[in-house]
Amino acid sequence: MTAIPDPSKQGFKFSQLLYDTRYRSMTIQIIALIGILLFFGWLINNTASNLATLGKPIQFKFLGEPASYDINQRLLDYTSRDTHLRASLIGLLNTLILAFMGCVTATVLGVAIGVMRLSKNWLVARVMTLYIETFRNIPVLLWIIIVFSIMIETMPTPSAFRSGEASMMLYDSIAITNRGVYVPEPLFSRSLGDWNLFGTSSLRFGISLDLVVILITLFVGIFASRKVKKNADKIQNETGMRPTTWWKRLSLIIFPVAIILWILGLYLGYPELKGFNFKGGTYMRNSLIALWVALSLYTAAFIAENVRAGIQAVSKGQSEAAHALGISSSRTMSLVILPQALRIIIPPLISQYLNLTKNSSLAIAVGYMDLTGTLMGITLNQTGRELETVLMGMAVYLAISLAISSVMNWYNNSVKLVER
Amino acid sequence: MKKSAFLGTLAAATFAAGFAAAGTLDDVKAAGELKCGVSTGLAGFALANANGVWDGFDVAVCRAVAAAVLGDGNAVKFVPTTGKTRFTALASGEIDMLARNTTWTFSRDVDLKFEFAGVNYYDGQGFMAPKALGISSAKELDGATVCIQTGTTTELNLADFFRANGISYDPVPIETNSEAQAQYLAGACDVYTTDASGLASTRATFESPDDHMVLPEIVSKEPLGPLVRHGDNNWGDIVRWTLNALITAEELGVTSMNVAKHSSEAGKNPEVNRLLGTEGDLGGMLGLDKAWASRAIAVNGNYGEIFEKNIGVNTPIGIARGLNASWTEGGLIYSAPFR
Repeated sequence: MTAIPDPSKQGFKFSQLLYDTRYRSMTIQIIALIGILLFFGWLINNTASNLATLGKPIQFKFLGEPASYDINQRLLDYTSRDTHLRASLIGLLNTLILAFMGCVTATVLGVAIGVMRLSKNWLVARVMTLYIETFRNIPVLLWIIIVFSIMIETMPTPSAFRSGEASMMLYDSIAITNRGVYVPEPLFSRSLGDWNLFGTSSLRFGISLDLVVILITLFVGIFASRKVKKNADKIQNETGMRPTTWWKRLSLIIFPVAIILWILGLYLGYPELKGFNFKGGTYMRNSLIALWVALSLYTAAFIAENVRAGIQAVSKGQSEAAHALGISSSRTMSLVILPQALRIIIPPLISQYLNLTKNSSLAIAVGYMDLTGTLMGITLNQTGRELETVLMGMAVYLAISLAISSVMNWYNNSVKLVER
Repeated sequence: MKKSAFLGTLAAATFAAGFAAAGTLDDVKAAGELKCGVSTGLAGFALANANGVWDGFDVAVCRAVAAAVLGDGNAVKFVPTTGKTRFTALASGEIDMLARNTTWTFSRDVDLKFEFAGVNYYDGQGFMAPKALGISSAKELDGATVCIQTGTTTELNLADFFRANGISYDPVPIETNSEAQAQYLAGACDVYTTDASGLASTRATFESPDDHMVLPEIVSKEPLGPLVRHGDNNWGDIVRWTLNALITAEELGVTSMNVAKHSSEAGKNPEVNRLLGTEGDLGGMLGLDKAWASRAIAVNGNYGEIFEKNIGVNTPIGIARGLNASWTEGGLIYSAPFR
């Protein structure tokens, strides 16, 4: 009998890292990783040492210094004596409000246009196609500037209201000027005041207790209304007859809010021409309107295409089957087609929201003081801290985008097909 | 071992970068052109004409430096910069010098690491308003909408002025002068504020300049001048003394007409001789040749000639010398002596 030598008594050899296929890929990956880390290390080191040579090492002390400039649209109190950090916060809020308004409007418009593009009415479908192709294929910056130019060139100046060449609309409640639109603002005679957070620091902000109370009432109303709906579903399942509930549901939402508003003493503050400008009322600046309109119309064109694609992707058999069961057209849309289409629509919709938010950084073109205008604009310029401000700006935009995606992904998970 | 070699290379690369940044004069000579940052378009100060040739008060400084260094006043690459982009352009080395009606301030000099070569225009911030508005003073501007160029000192002065006077305003930040002009003319803002020289220049380009007035208040000191990066003292000296040469030339009566004659042989006035290089070697101390100042003056003339040709009372801009007269005539324009 010949003794068969034990095959792998020998230990691990160093050369195996390269010649043994079990380890080779790992070796290569580790070497590549080290290479990448070294490259970035070199980039960062080089930047830091060059900045040090220039006498401008990276530091963020400037954030605590007074900003010394004014910001026209501020959702929180702010004066030129506040810090750069607070100026950035004001800019951030301006970015967020623009992104929010834009996303909501773009979604409403986009869904309507997408559905209309599939309309059997030849004219409606063609007009929507024309709209989509026009808006998708022209850079959004041009749309912003065009809307803005139209506003400042064609709308009357505030002084035209004094001389009587222009007049306010809707019983003197709305003034449309080339500096923006003034609408009545809701005020409370028995206001609960604000709830101030963070004392006197740069991040201080006040939450309106009136708003909190109204929102809580609204949510309670909506919750109660859903209970009524569930109850109606139950009755329908048991008896086959659906009780009429719309007036119950509507009044559950409306009456409590109306009562709260009455308790708080709601009245409207009307804009009035005083001095150079209108005073009072809510002032929507021309730059905000231009950005809002342009970004919404532009993004709506993309969303409309997503919606169309989503609806067309639902097999025709689905709607035919629904019709065969005697379900009405509108209920077919809301109960059969849209739930299936949403699964396809939402992922690209997320990226449209992200696009809109990122495109809002074009705001400086029309002088809207968003995050790019304050932190990465005036603060950068007055302090000369290019790298720090831009890095901060990038981090903030990244955070906003990730927040939007995570919210939308959560929503997507809740509507997507449950697979077993 | 390998790591230390890597770090060594890194250090060497860093040193090389630092060294390259220190030799702006050599860089300019090697490139054969001077990269000069100017404004995006301000009539009289820096504006490209129909043929794309830049002309103006600030442009003349760039041309004088190019003539002194390279011997050709046209060897300039003009880089238009906005109020916002100018400092980044200079700090990053995209331009060799900046001549863009830039105010000399403490923080720009010290914190932003720039070196101002002197003052070529003493300015102050003013307000322009349509006459139809019926106001006579900036203190009546409570609640007005004010157009400002963003990224400038005017933005900060404005905030200070309104705060000090306890009146409110609504700022509209704008990137360039032409956009500001469009908004102001459309009535989207009540007043436009910037340096008084800029207002005069902007007003001159209006269809009917007489419908607009510059309010009497000058709310700030704005010494404007060319600037370079910190750290290259030789290059800073070249720009500073080229500007001084233009100023001294006016004081000594050297003009574009007679500079050739004065440069050909030494005359009676020793300071003229030193300036134009017919006596001594001031140019050599700067790393240039003897005739540097003579060439700088020959391009557009002396300071007074440049002023009168671009923004003086006989131009559409129509600015009187005022503070910008030579010190011998009661102004502030004064150069250290060539000695």
